[in-house]
Amino acid sequence: MLEERMAEWRSWLARRPAIAGADIEELEDHLRTQVGELEAAGLAEDEAFLVAVKRLGDLDALSREFAEEYSERLWKQLVARPEAGTLASENRREAWIVVALATAAAAAVKLPELFGRSLTGGDESFYARNLALLVLPFLAAFFARRRGLDRVSVAWIGGLFAAGAAFVNVFPFAPGSHTEVLAALHLPIALWLTVGVAYAAGRWRDPAWRMNFVRFSGEWFVYYALIALGGGVLTAFTLFVFETIGLDAGRFVGSWLLPCGAAGAVVIAAWLVEAKQSVVENMAPVLARLFTPLFTLLLLVFLGTVVATGNPLDVGRELLIGFDLLLVLVLGLLLYAISARDPRTPAGPFDALQLGLVVAALAVDALALWAIASRISAFGWSPNKVAALGENLVLLVNLAGAAWLYARFLRGRVPFAELERWQTAYLPVFAAWVWIVVALFPPLFGFR
Amino acid sequence: MRIGKELVAASATPLVLALLGEGESYGYALRKRVEELSGGELQWTDGMLYPVLHRLERNGWVEASWGESESGRRRKYYRLTARGREQLEGERRQWQVVDSTLRGLWFASLDPASGT
Repeated sequence: MLEERMAEWRSWLARRPAIAGADIEELEDHLRTQVGELEAAGLAEDEAFLVAVKRLGDLDALSREFAEEYSERLWKQLVARPEAGTLASENRREAWIVVALATAAAAAVKLPELFGRSLTGGDESFYARNLALLVLPFLAAFFARRRGLDRVSVAWIGGLFAAGAAFVNVFPFAPGSHTEVLAALHLPIALWLTVGVAYAAGRWRDPAWRMNFVRFSGEWFVYYALIALGGGVLTAFTLFVFETIGLDAGRFVGSWLLPCGAAGAVVIAAWLVEAKQSVVENMAPVLARLFTPLFTLLLLVFLGTVVATGNPLDVGRELLIGFDLLLVLVLGLLLYAISARDPRTPAGPFDALQLGLVVAALAVDALALWAIASRISAFGWSPNKVAALGENLVLLVNLAGAAWLYARFLRGRVPFAELERWQTAYLPVFAAWVWIVVALFPPLFGFR
Repeated sequence: MRIGKELVAASATPLVLALLGEGESYGYALRKRVEELSGGELQWTDGMLYPVLHRLERNGWVEASWGESESGRRRKYYRLTARGREQLEGERRQWQVVDSTLRGLWFASLDPASGT
């Protein structure tokens, strides 16, 4: 009887990654000594066991204490360790659901082929418009299930996905339409932010949860890149081994391995981020710290060169997009540096560097805006130019606000939390802008 | 009276070091001694003692070895190291400062006439 319960208790402890075998043995000795003493005092065996276990304390709290002392043990268990308090069976079910969702996402990418839409032959624009619509619902479903989302939220999120699908598929885009390209570029961002609503469950208004989603996005990106790297190696070897027997696996790779793998990895990467978020230090902020000085240098040298040579910014369409991407990247560096910073620590040299980056980006942004404006005055309005103009303005306001708050923070006028709040409060502006490009640009510009 | 969580946590290190200063011991015995010495007022959640012991071990203040209990079970024993003794001395001085400061305050508040 006692042995049975003891074994049960041991297996309970053994599931905690932070508690090792020797620790269990030590705790067991404690438990047995206590049981023996209580029995000697007149308690029945099972009573003594219950009291002794209770005296040992809450296992979750205990395993947290051990985890603090032995964080390196957790490093070895990145994937699929049960979270504190969940049962192994539940955890296995979660893994199965993730695999099922990833498989469904992979299958969804191939689904249009049943209706004659070939990925490799002539229907590229269909896939460009719909790829995010085929994959991201499964990611949203993953979070909806994991967070136990209520029906109203599910309906809202479903509605947003349906609206996105309607906009890009019902609009009568002219062949080679610019607004179509713009919609295809902006819809994934709009849907990603919709996934954010599922991620935060009912708390998407809460700045802390918005920041969590920003962190999640960065980590997801890192994981996705890692998976893609592995996928690249897998692809190379697939091609290589079949080549040795005189077969060309190129068609299989192109139409199955790459698209299905890329789609499934979206869900898998999210799951990995979720499974280890509390365990390992986040990667995205580390990268942000590493590259902030380098990008600051790049922007400063670029600005210096523009001033020194007096070369005008000759911006074609691609260059406009390039500048937008550069600003988005600066914003990302800023966001991740902010997300990883403990708001309680005082201003340091890195914060000054951060302000330098933002100011340099503002200068480049102003330069780009001026170039766009002169292009518009010379050649008139076009969807691309208006989109570039709008994007630049949205980013300009964000960076200007960040620079202002950073300067005040460096002089000790406002707490760092103000900066965090500014960025999280700004997220809906991005959402609004991308939805405008997806939903209003095509009709406004006559689907050109 | 219940002693607050923070105080229990803060006093765990000097208590364990001081008890091990009396000689080699193991988890269960340490807990029992604390309970006896405090007249049952200072109660540890038993499990929490072990992460504390392991931290002291990592800091090199105690060393551990596996031995046997009276009934022949494997048992982990802890003893103080030379560094641990230094640490204990440091802790003792810190606690004495806290203690004497508080003592002065308690004393003054008990006897308002002497406060002038």
